[in-house]
Amino acid sequence: MSEYFNILFLETYKILFLLVPVLVSVAMIVWLDRRIWAFVQKRRGPNVVGPFGLFQSLADALKYVFKEIIVPASSNKIIFVLAPIVTMTLALIAWAVIPFSETHVLANINVGILYLFAVSSLGVYGIIMGGWASNSKYPFLGAIRSAAQMVSYEVSIGIIIINVLLCVGSLNLNDIILAQEKIWFIIPLFPMFVIFFISALAETNRPPFDLPEADAELVAGYQTEYSGMMYAMFWLGEYANILLMCAMGSILFLGGWLAPIETFPFNFIPGPIWLIFKILFLFILFALVKTIVPRYRYDQLMKLGWKIFLPLSLFWVVLTSSYLFYFNLLPVI
Amino acid sequence: MKISRIFKTIFLIDFLGAFMIAIKQIFKSKKTINYPFEKGKISPRFRGEHALRRYPNGEERCIACKLCEAVCPAQAITIESAEREDGSRKTTRYDIDMMKCIYCGLCEESCPVDAIVQGPNFEFSTETREELYYNKEKLLENGDRWENILAANIKADEPYR
Repeated sequence: MSEYFNILFLETYKILFLLVPVLVSVAMIVWLDRRIWAFVQKRRGPNVVGPFGLFQSLADALKYVFKEIIVPASSNKIIFVLAPIVTMTLALIAWAVIPFSETHVLANINVGILYLFAVSSLGVYGIIMGGWASNSKYPFLGAIRSAAQMVSYEVSIGIIIINVLLCVGSLNLNDIILAQEKIWFIIPLFPMFVIFFISALAETNRPPFDLPEADAELVAGYQTEYSGMMYAMFWLGEYANILLMCAMGSILFLGGWLAPIETFPFNFIPGPIWLIFKILFLFILFALVKTIVPRYRYDQLMKLGWKIFLPLSLFWVVLTSSYLFYFNLLPVI
Repeated sequence: MKISRIFKTIFLIDFLGAFMIAIKQIFKSKKTINYPFEKGKISPRFRGEHALRRYPNGEERCIACKLCEAVCPAQAITIESAEREDGSRKTTRYDIDMMKCIYCGLCEESCPVDAIVQGPNFEFSTETREELYYNKEKLLENGDRWENILAANIKADEPYR
């Protein structure tokens, strides 16, 4: 009996060791996002709470905790309450497979990328549940838009992942990273990286693809009826998802926890730090994109997803596989 | 579509240009100020919170001519007057409803003795409506508190009146 408790305790410890930094970094990333956005517009952004305003998100979270949670009378109450929980849980459980170094990974499963892809696809359920259970027109429209958008762009992300997997020959995330020891996949698969980045923007409902939350038309999309801590959980889930997409991008294309060059000053810095640097780099790109682009029209969004990205990534799969086959570079399993 | 346009679209040239502009903007000086800690400069003519001024000997300036009450477009000012023992006409009541006031500055301009003025203070928000019904005591207290700045502002604005 005590043996089970020991395992339970150990696992809980490990999970907390991962979860707490992730949640804290989500708070910091929200601050960074607002700060970059402000700086590009020559504003100062949040700079009062804590050093450089770093604790602004914590202050916001505290405010949300003390706000009243309003459940609309006509809503489906169980699903309404469940939706933000689902969103946040799904955004967080995906972190279980993210390797921070060769040994620092919570669950080193051999279908890691498949798991990651499956969990990030499930994320759409939280949004649909929230939009439908609100029983109001704007959340409903926002949820429909979001569902269509996420499904469309997941297709191209899936095919981009196939590109990477062709070069690796394994679904394990650590294997994917180790396969990039010679050269990061961003160099041979650069067009795929660009498409992945843009698809990730659409997948996480970031501008220019933030149609589900298009404030001018849909108030706040699926979050319209939410308030207090439930709204904060949606928001936390959204940013955790963005962070996850950045992590996925850095694992698939930027070599995860690998140092750029395996020489002294670089390989002295431990792997997790490199991964964090890469995630941050991608996130700053995310934040910059938010500042420079106007929102897409819905038909443009669908056209981009289905008529451009899908054929292009499929074509690249053919190109990659024929190249690997011709030069006899296919990975041996 | 033109060839150059297609080229631009495929290689995301415009996006890259926008990225460069955005990164340049980050390092430029900020156009906003840290408001509660530093405040923007305001003109001597700034029309903020009202104040009733006194003469240096402590006598109220207001002679209850009621020009401000008459000119006030929002009818926010209410004045009642009576003769004092020494024969001078003084106000017994001078109320301004700060919620009606539109801060047009006509009262200040109409005043023949520079008694009612609008000072540089714009941070007088309150938690209840009642606190914004200013009476004579409140206005005179404002005048005492801001007298130095008010006098300096009137002097600075003198050449342009």
